Amino acid sequence: MQSLTDRSKIASDKKMSFLEKIYLPAIAKGMAITLKHFFKKKATISYPEQKREFSEVYRGQHVLKRDDIGRERCTACGLCAVACPAEAITMIAAERKPGEENLYREEKYAAVYEINMLRCIFCGDCEEACPKEAIFLTDRIVASQYEREPFIYGKDILLEPLDIEKRIDISKRQTESVLKFKENKRFAHNK
Amino acid sequence: MDWTLLLYKTIFLFIIFLITLVVAMYSTYGERKVAAFMQDRIGPNRAGIFGLLQPLADGVKMFMKEEIIPLTANKKLFILGPSIAMSTALLTGVVIPWGGMLNIGGREFSMQITDLNIGILYVFAMVSIGVYGIMIGGWASNNKYALLGAIRAASQMISYELAMGMSIVALVLTTGTLSLHEIVSQQHGMHWNVFYQPLGFLIFMTCAFAETNRAPFDLPECETELIGGYHTEYSSMKLGFYLFAEYINMFISSAVIVTLYFGGFNMPFIDQLGLSPNFVTLLGSLFFFLKIFAFIFLFMWIRWTLPRFRYDQLMNLGWKGLLPLAIFNIMATGVYYYFTELI
Repeated sequence: MQSLTDRSKIASDKKMSFLEKIYLPAIAKGMAITLKHFFKKKATISYPEQKREFSEVYRGQHVLKRDDIGRERCTACGLCAVACPAEAITMIAAERKPGEENLYREEKYAAVYEINMLRCIFCGDCEEACPKEAIFLTDRIVASQYEREPFIYGKDILLEPLDIEKRIDISKRQTESVLKFKENKRFAHNK
Repeated sequence: MDWTLLLYKTIFLFIIFLITLVVAMYSTYGERKVAAFMQDRIGPNRAGIFGLLQPLADGVKMFMKEEIIPLTANKKLFILGPSIAMSTALLTGVVIPWGGMLNIGGREFSMQITDLNIGILYVFAMVSIGVYGIMIGGWASNNKYALLGAIRAASQMISYELAMGMSIVALVLTTGTLSLHEIVSQQHGMHWNVFYQPLGFLIFMTCAFAETNRAPFDLPECETELIGGYHTEYSSMKLGFYLFAEYINMFISSAVIVTLYFGGFNMPFIDQLGLSPNFVTLLGSLFFFLKIFAFIFLFMWIRWTLPRFRYDQLMNLGWKGLLPLAIFNIMATGVYYYFTELI
């Protein structure tokens, strides 16, 4: 049979030779290996001081985007909730009142938008489903908590701040090719 | 009554006691560091610089833990177990020669608490009593895992004590004395016993691993089958005593190995340097400790290299491997001396 790696060894129950029987050479060999590891570079990342480098398109905590003049992009269509395989997203829609045009971009908006971070599997399907470019995953880590309740993130955490300076940068995930892909009307969710 | 001698011995005893405890304490730290380094990790480094305060933190934790004595346990024996384990571990250090002669104010003081003429036998006696600590602890817990662990420990230690004793007999044949101080003195220069008794040394060391219940012979406390072995039911500092006794045992058995086979406090080429006798003695002690630390490292090195033996393999090695080998070693030594001494 062809082996998958060149390191595989065929097991046999042949009688051990004298050298194998006294174990000592094998023990020395094993000890040489552990000693080699003793002086090797350590794999540890000392977390709070050092941080692991993330991939550019890392999928972490979500952000609800605003448009250029600070209006919420989400229109509470519910496509993200439908797309979500973990059923982590819930929302309650509301109608925009006159005079709220500076707050919400569309006539309908999400009054409540919640993601259960314990359910979320960070697949990014919500982002892909969103027709309004409103939800994105970012390279931020979801903080640990002592209880379950705080893991249900509402709009207060998810929505990005109004201040232009403090907006969450998602350009890494919304590249040219992604935008181009989204324009392709062949795909159902881009319609 | 010789008050100066008494005072000296008391102070010296206290120092040795302290050194033993501190070394054992930092062995736990060393063990974790060695383990981590061999697994490409860093190990404890948060408490103090390089994590040097880690053993203290561990100690505080142990003391603060809730003290649980199971209802079904035999209370007296339950407390007696770790006490025996701890005290026998500490008692062995009494006969080990920690250094040569120290000259204080024109008087010679030995850097050994007591030079028994049956030093080796004393060490053996203490090690044998150490089994009771484990056995009683396991029995008193009234828990089948603890009992199984204790039975394993007892049978393992008894099996390996035989081979250990036999390897010592061969050593005694070469040295002609049971006094540890005498044995060390004979190894002056590079006449270390390991060169005369290499096989005996190997057997002795293997048995020392088994006696201290260290990997690859840590069957009494194997986590996978017996949860914790004989100390399954123990908590708080009573558990700490058991764990601590293991590290003290490791330190003491390293000291015994160095004393018997690696020239004790003898340092090669020290006579040629022409230093003052006191300085030579202290340097010798330092060298002695260096050798001990090297052996402690070896203990850890082996622990993090070799997997645990299966129980039947353990018994096979003890009874069918080491014991005949040790007896052969005695025969060979005897035959050698019989012929060389005749001519």
